[in-house]
Formats: sequence, structure tokens, C-alpha cells
Amino acid sequence: MKELMLGNKAIARGLYEAGVKYISSYPGTPSTEITEEAAEFSEMYAEWAPNEKVALESALGASLAGARSFTAMKHVGLNVAADPLFTSAYTGVNGGVVICVADDPAMHSSQNEQDSRHYARAAKLPMLEPSDSGECLAFTRLAYEISEKFDTPVLLRTCTRVAHSQSLVELGPRQEKPLNEYVKNPAKYVMNPGFGFKRHFAVEDRLKELARFSETSPMNRAEINDTSIGFVCAGSCYEYVKEAFPSASVFKVGMSFPMPIESIRAFASRVEKLYVVEELDGVFENELRAAGIRVDGGKDIFGFIGELSQSRVAEAMGLAPKETARFEEPVPARPPVMCAGCPHRGVFYVLSKLKLTVLGDIGCYTLGASAPLSAVDSVVCMGASVSMLHGFNTVRPEGANKAVAVIGDSTFLHSGITALTDIAYNRSISTVLILDNSITGMTGHQQNPATGYTLRMQAVPPVSLEKVCEAVGIRRVRSVDPGDLKALEACIKEELQADEPSVIICRRPCMLLKYVKPKPALKVDTAACRACRSCMRLGCPAIRFESGKAVIDATQCVGCGLCAQTCAFGAIKEA
Amino acid sequence: MTKSIMIVGVGGQGTLLASRLIGRVLVNKGLDVKLSEVHGMSQRGGSVVTYVKYGDKVYSPIVDKGEADFILSFEAVEGARYLEMLSKTGTLITNTAEIYPITVITGAMTYPENPTQKLSEICSVKAVDALSLAREAGSEKAVNVVLMGVLSRFMPEIEQASWLEAIEALVKPKFIELNKKAFLLGREA
Ligand SMILES: Cc1ncc(C[n+]2csc(CCOP(=O)(O)OP(=O)(O)O)c2C)c(N)n1
Repeated sequence: MKELMLGNKAIARGLYEAGVKYISSYPGTPSTEITEEAAEFSEMYAEWAPNEKVALESALGASLAGARSFTAMKHVGLNVAADPLFTSAYTGVNGGVVICVADDPAMHSSQNEQDSRHYARAAKLPMLEPSDSGECLAFTRLAYEISEKFDTPVLLRTCTRVAHSQSLVELGPRQEKPLNEYVKNPAKYVMNPGFGFKRHFAVEDRLKELARFSETSPMNRAEINDTSIGFVCAGSCYEYVKEAFPSASVFKVGMSFPMPIESIRAFASRVEKLYVVEELDGVFENELRAAGIRVDGGKDIFGFIGELSQSRVAEAMGLAPKETARFEEPVPARPPVMCAGCPHRGVFYVLSKLKLTVLGDIGCYTLGASAPLSAVDSVVCMGASVSMLHGFNTVRPEGANKAVAVIGDSTFLHSGITALTDIAYNRSISTVLILDNSITGMTGHQQNPATGYTLRMQAVPPVSLEKVCEAVGIRRVRSVDPGDLKALEACIKEELQADEPSVIICRRPCMLLKYVKPKPALKVDTAACRACRSCMRLGCPAIRFESGKAVIDATQCVGCGLCAQTCAFGAIKEA
Repeated sequence: MTKSIMIVGVGGQGTLLASRLIGRVLVNKGLDVKLSEVHGMSQRGGSVVTYVKYGDKVYSPIVDKGEADFILSFEAVEGARYLEMLSKTGTLITNTAEIYPITVITGAMTYPENPTQKLSEICSVKAVDALSLAREAGSEKAVNVVLMGVLSRFMPEIEQASWLEAIEALVKPKFIELNKKAFLLGREA
């Protein structure tokens, strides 16, 4: 029987069926569930690594030892893992290696809209792009066959609508793959200039073979229908095209690098007009044009930005938009907010109150940038808060007592340690706040090396953030409870005055963790409330103003008590 | 013919469970089904959307402008936000409960008055106080299943037993009875 399954879960199932032994990833939307689902199968080893580079390198190690191995990451994760990626193309594999990269056009949960297809071309690695869950499973299995047949890591690219959609899949049994023999082979695996240069020839030869393979692979297919219009598309775009133009001819690209250029040329000759439908960059279009294939429409009509959809495709092709009803009044925006009781709230309340420059980072605490806290000055990529603060303070030393970096526990371990080492080593007088909520919150609660648990909830010695900071050369390391606004403010002020680098660890577990028990909701004594709106500056979703007084929503309040601390009139109390 | 349902609400209201229950019922009916959901940032009290599409053969997993046969809205203005997705012959099934977004709490924007009333002047609306019914069933958290019960009346092709089977299969054992009650309250509302 067929089963309805999330694309990510179908990839995990594909790993299981392909006999994969080793999985190491760092979480990132929309790729996270692959590794979580894979961890449900006891036949496979699965772990969270501290970052994507480590995850990929460890998978390469497992491959060298002879195992089929895997790593998954979001699009920007591949930037972090790019160093091993490029050279792994030279070494090739022993056990098969598949690297899943999940793009996020429209930035549902990301900091940019980069297009990972460029990596396949730049690193000279084959790339497969499934369109639905069935293909997620099937292409994962095929990817291992390609990896071992052609001696290369394989990229499996998804996007939000493939990773986070459910469709029907057919399950198969696991095929155990015993470890391949490990034989020492420096000419293949030691990439010094002497050996590496020779391997570059192997890479180029392999690309030619892969291009021939792509021409015959059933992953790429021409669906000839009405020949007045032909589309070339892959992944989710295939689904949009089929829905918008069910009777058109379509060339479905499943193996998207190397592209099956000759097959597409043949397809192009059978249709009157050829359109290339792809999200983000004009990668396919450019390759077809470079091969001399006439393209009648592509980026000029579909654009470079955001997600496509059936109606975006239809309208770009000149069809009239569907008539729809409209609600005439403006509907108030509903952006995500820090939860009631979030330990990050107190930190941003104080930073905002002190009017500091805040070099921000990526995690739930990026929400500290939203009104009314509006406390964050910059967010670039994981770890950048700490390194940017170093640069900022080095050229503006007089402002160092007015600037801080904020970084989460998982993000600090991902790529903050090296940045803090820069501060300690080159002695900028910088103050870094580590927001330790004992979990990787943003991506949906994954364990990390500081929480004391593994992906499979095995208890392990946690990384001591204090000792790490001290070990890289920070002498002033303190911890404080961000639920105590006075203590937190005093601590930040003191460290900003210090004339050497310092770290403040703001430590309080995420309110959504099972072991954190909510306290009874607080209540506003309406007679005592002077309507000063101090509590409203917290941006707590459980507090609102009604008839000129603050009101606490008892269904949302978890009794964290921050609002009571901001009230100068003692109007907020335990119920 | 492909049919489309759009489920909209506020992060944390359990829209995912609703779409998965509906998905199971449709698969058991032998239909092709696709669900689409967005995870990550949207869970933190933000506006959330999931799509259910079904028919003999479904391609796109998302519901687009003017396509939704039903919008199931867990909150009073969320249906208004996505109204342009509703097909001209579609029905908006909405909870009447209002949850103020942070932009309203901070005073940056205003919450429309009587959104349900205004919506019913524009399109076909079935409004239900799902929060009260969920409380009656035993938990405010059951708003999602109450609304599924309401939707079930609009899908006569699916028998009641099939919905109850999905609840038994997908809900934690200790909440099954509560959710069945919530479903039936919604179905009769
Ligand atoms: C290179 C890279 N990998 C992964 C992500 C996805 N991601 C965003 S924030 C985050 C971790 C957040 O955890 P933490 O720092 O502990 O902060 P919290 O969300 O718990 O406040 C992850 C994994 C990313 N944006 N960039």
C-alpha cells in the first residue's frame, strides 16, 4: 500500500532502503526532519554534528572506511561545508556519499535565497532534483548507485515545497550494504598538489561520463503532448507547470547536473516554443542557451525572486489571473514572535533599554530585531555576530562600551568559537552575550553539544561554555539569569566598562522544553495600573492594552514574571 | 478534478494535525493526495498555512489564488488574510475567536471590527465558536479537531467512521476520546 509521507521522511526512508550506515548533519530548515526521521531506524548511525563542515567531513571519513554515508543541510549550510565539498569531488568515494541540500526560495525560514545548483557546477558534482516524496525516496536510492558507479559524492537538491510536502510513496525493503574494503590509497585520498593535480583529470573525465549517463537516465524524460509549447523544468517547478498547463509538452529534468543537453535539444526541436521554468537563478536557461538551444522564455518572464506556483507560471505565460474575492480592510500583519516566557526577551529588553549597538546572529533570538524590542543592528550568518563585533570595535574602540554581540548556544558551537578566539587573540575590548537556552530552538528543538544529550537522547558530558571561553583566552566569563532583569542589566553594564574582552552567558532553558514547568499566570491590578506601558515594551504576546489598562491573557501567560519586574507601581502580581 | 483545502491559523494552534488527519481520510478513500506545510520560523505565533489537495492525480502541492474549495480558518482574521485564495464557489469555515497579533498589541496596526460579519458579506461563510466547543470537549487545544468536524459536514463523500478512524490512528491514546468528542461537536455545529 502507498503511504502519505513528508519529502524529508521519504529521503530518510531512501537512506534506510539504500543500506546507508552513517548519517551526520547540522539542523537547518527545510532539511532538519531527514536526520530526525533517519534516527528512528536503528540500522543506521545518526548524529547531530556541531556544524555542516564537520558533518560532511565525518561522512567522508565514514565513506573512506567503506560505508554508504549521508549528510543533509540547508542551502546556506553548504556554504559552511563548501571547503570539503570541492575537494571531495577530487578524492571521490569508497562507500557512496550523498549530500542533501535544501533550498528555501521565498525565504520561509532563511537569511537569503541562494541557489544551490551553482554548487554542483562549481564543485563538478552530479545533482539530482526530486519533485515529490516518491522521487525523494527513489532518487536517494539512485544517488547511491551513481555515487559508487562514478566514484563521486552526489548532491540531492530539494526545496521547501518538496521537503515539506507530503505525497504518496511506495516502500521497499532495506538492502544491507556491507562495508567496502578499506585500502590505503594516497594517490586518491591525499590531496596534496602532486596527487591532487592528477585527480583533476579524473574529475573532468568523470563529468563527461556523467553527461553521457544523464542523456540516458530515466530521471530525465520528455513528455510529448501538445507540441505548440514545451517546458523544461525540475523539482517543484515541474508540478506547477503540469498543473498550469496539463496538455503541454514537458521535459522533466531529474538529474540536473550534468544536464541532458542533447535530449533537451531533441525535445526543443519537436516543440514550437520552448520555455524554461526554474526558481531563483537562470541556471538551466544559461546552459541551454550556451549549448545553442533556442529559448523563447525564461528569466525574462518568470523572474529571479521568490517561489513560483501554478498561477505565477500561468500568469507569466500571459493567462489572465483568476478572479478572487478580496477583504477590503488591511489585515494586521502577524509576524512570528518570541513565545511568552522566552528567556531571550529579558536580554533584548535590557539591550534596548541601554540603547546598545547589537551585532545579532541567527536563531530564535533574531526576533529581538522586531518591534517593540527593535534591539538588533545586524544579522548576516551563523557566527557573524561575534566576528563582526570584533571588526566593529577595532575600528571604533571608543564605542566598544556601547556595543555587544548576541549568539545562541548552538550557534556559538557552530561557528562562534573561532570568532571569539579572534577577539581574545587580537584583544578587541568586546562583550559577547551567549544566550544559552539549552536547546537549538529555531529549527524545532534539536539537541546540541552543550545540552548534554545526543540526537538519540543518549546522555553525554555537555560542553562547558565557560571553559571554552576561558580556554580561548577570555578571562572575564560570567553567567547570569536573563529572567532577573536587574541582575542582567548590572552585569551587562559592568562588563561593558571592563577594559578587556568579556563573555556573559545568559542562561535559562527554553520555555518550550518539557522539563520547564509554567508558573501560574500573572494578573494586572487594574486600580494600581497607571497605563505607563512599560510592560508593553517587552513585546510579550500575553500582554495587551484594553480600555486604557494592561491586561494579561491567562491562556498564554506562563508566569515568567518579567512584566512584574518592569512595573514601577507593583500592579502586576501573582493571581 | 482536483479539490483544494487551505488551513490557516496561528503558530501553535495545531494546523498540522488537522491537515494530516484530513490527508489520511482522503488516502483511505483511494485518492491521490498532497499536503504542504511550512515549518521553522512560522511556528512562533506567526501566521501559518497548510494545504491539502486531492483528486485522481494531484500535481502542485500548494493552493493558489482563487483555487481553494474550502478555507479552514482557526482564527477570525486569518481567513480574511488569505481570502484571495478562495474559489468563487468556495466556502470559508472560520473560528470566531480573535487572537491579536503583536502588531495590534503594540498599537502599530488595528484589528478589523467584526471580521466574520464582514467576510460573510463577501463570500460563503460558516462561522463557529470553536474555542467554546473545544472547552466543552475538555480542552482548548482541541480547536483544530472541532473545526475538522465542521469541515467534515461539507465533505459528504467521507463517512463519519473514516474521520474517527483517522483520529484513533494519529492522536495520542490518552487524547483520543476528547478529540472524538470535539470532532462530533464540530460536526453538529
Ligand atoms: C549555516 C547555517 N546552518 C543552519 C542554519 C539554520 N539555523 C538557524 S538558527 C539555528 C540554530 C539556533 O540555535 P541557537 O543558536 O541555540 O538559538 P535558539 O534558536 O535556540 O535561540 C540554525 C540551526 C543557518 N541559518 N545557517
